[in-house]
Amino acid sequence: MGFMRPMEYVGGKFLRWLDEAGELLLLFIQSVLWLLRPPFRFSQIMKQMEFVGIGSLGVTILTGAFTGGVFALQSYHGFSLFGAESLVGSTVALALTRELGPVLTSLMVTGRAGSAMAAELGTMRVTEQVDALYVMAVNPVQYLVVPRILASVAMLPVLTVIADFVGIVGAYVVGVGLLGINHGIFISKIIEYMDFSDISMGLVKAAFFGLILSLVGCYKGFYTSGGAEGVGRATTRAVVLGSVLILASDYVLTAIMF
Amino acid sequence: MSENRNIIELIDIYKAFGAQQVLKGLNLGIPKGQTTVIIGRSGGGKSVMLKHMIGLIKPDQGQVMVGGGDIVRMSDHQLNQVRRRFGMLFQEAALFDSMTVMDNVAFPLREHTNLKEKQVREVVSEKLAMVGLPGVEHKMPSELSGGMRKRVGLARAIALEPEIILYDEPTTGLDPPLSAAINRLIADTQEKLGVTSVVISHDIEGAYQVGQNIAMLYHGKIIAQGTPDQIRDSSDEVVQQFIHGRPEGPIDVI
Repeated sequence: MGFMRPMEYVGGKFLRWLDEAGELLLLFIQSVLWLLRPPFRFSQIMKQMEFVGIGSLGVTILTGAFTGGVFALQSYHGFSLFGAESLVGSTVALALTRELGPVLTSLMVTGRAGSAMAAELGTMRVTEQVDALYVMAVNPVQYLVVPRILASVAMLPVLTVIADFVGIVGAYVVGVGLLGINHGIFISKIIEYMDFSDISMGLVKAAFFGLILSLVGCYKGFYTSGGAEGVGRATTRAVVLGSVLILASDYVLTAIMF
Repeated sequence: MSENRNIIELIDIYKAFGAQQVLKGLNLGIPKGQTTVIIGRSGGGKSVMLKHMIGLIKPDQGQVMVGGGDIVRMSDHQLNQVRRRFGMLFQEAALFDSMTVMDNVAFPLREHTNLKEKQVREVVSEKLAMVGLPGVEHKMPSELSGGMRKRVGLARAIALEPEIILYDEPTTGLDPPLSAAINRLIADTQEKLGVTSVVISHDIEGAYQVGQNIAMLYHGKIIAQGTPDQIRDSSDEVVQQFIHGRPEGPIDVI
């Protein structure tokens, strides 16, 4: 019997994982259905857009600026070995718009807003505020989950554009200002090598990551049980699961799109 | 008891959570226009039973008849129609902590009526005055004491003038004068609005005060139901032990 134990463990984990994937999908389907039914909760959506968008602006700008700056610094050292310093600008710009902009922004927003969604909905669940919504004949998926998903899907591309732009500015400051790359070459190489599709594909990714982080945050919050400890657990798991799903789906999306 | 006299009927309800069987063939009728108090041990399934009445929990087996229709088998839309006839006061009031008292009490009005904002404010003020808390509209729930939160919760529950009000342990954790005040509020609300009330409690004195009808839940079933006098004179040993708060008897106290 001894050798069955590890198999039981792995099997149990796998079943729980399947359960979770199924519940997540069901919540997504419910959200889509409730999205199409009135009343449309514009004030809730605006409130969440402010929270996800405006609220994450500072962290997005900081992340973008330093990522662009350090990327310029690193690639300059590499490229200078074979005299290709002129390509620093375009390399950073492509990496930012295609990968780092959407992924890093989404990870930061997951840590900030995805966790907050899990904590807020989790607290509402354990203090019976979710039940109170049901009792007052208001569907909590429509009232709580749908506005958060819509706001995240709308705001993540906006934040990503800002991160892309600030990142390139950061790279410019480091590359042109500190390392002495020619201003004209830096800019012209970016224009030469970057297509509009590099930016737009990055934004499609960002919108998808917005869906993931809000759906996971709401899911973990919505099904919280076990008091304050449960809320803490839900928050942590929302960040971990959200981040992992963003990184994994990033690979799949990139393989499909580019 | 006839069907028409009972506005709510729980029929042969079974409910388990995991391996724990909480309700085991529970039958209970709630007479229209009266206050029924459900007494029973802490953690004995009273809240679970109450949540069945409004469809927050679905039974594993059995029927929940409200006004003649079985809410277990209703669509979400039909269930929402039924829920509008209810108001519920939760154990910790369950006020939305991101909203002011005004927005909390106004919530059901804004969701389900076409009242103008000015009328909404008037109704909110009127309901807050009814529960003895005039002028707290601008406060956040976190600024209120537990007893005040419960009263705001009651104001929210009666905002739409429901036919039925469910109270989940309205006096648990409150000091005796405040408990008495809440009990009086329940009795007053019942008199003024002529509603059907269901109150969950393990406070036996409060039950005598507010209830025209008392039922005792024990081991997942209703073992006794009647007027306060009938319960007081019950020959059932479990009931006697419970209402007199004796440590010895058929109830196994750990």
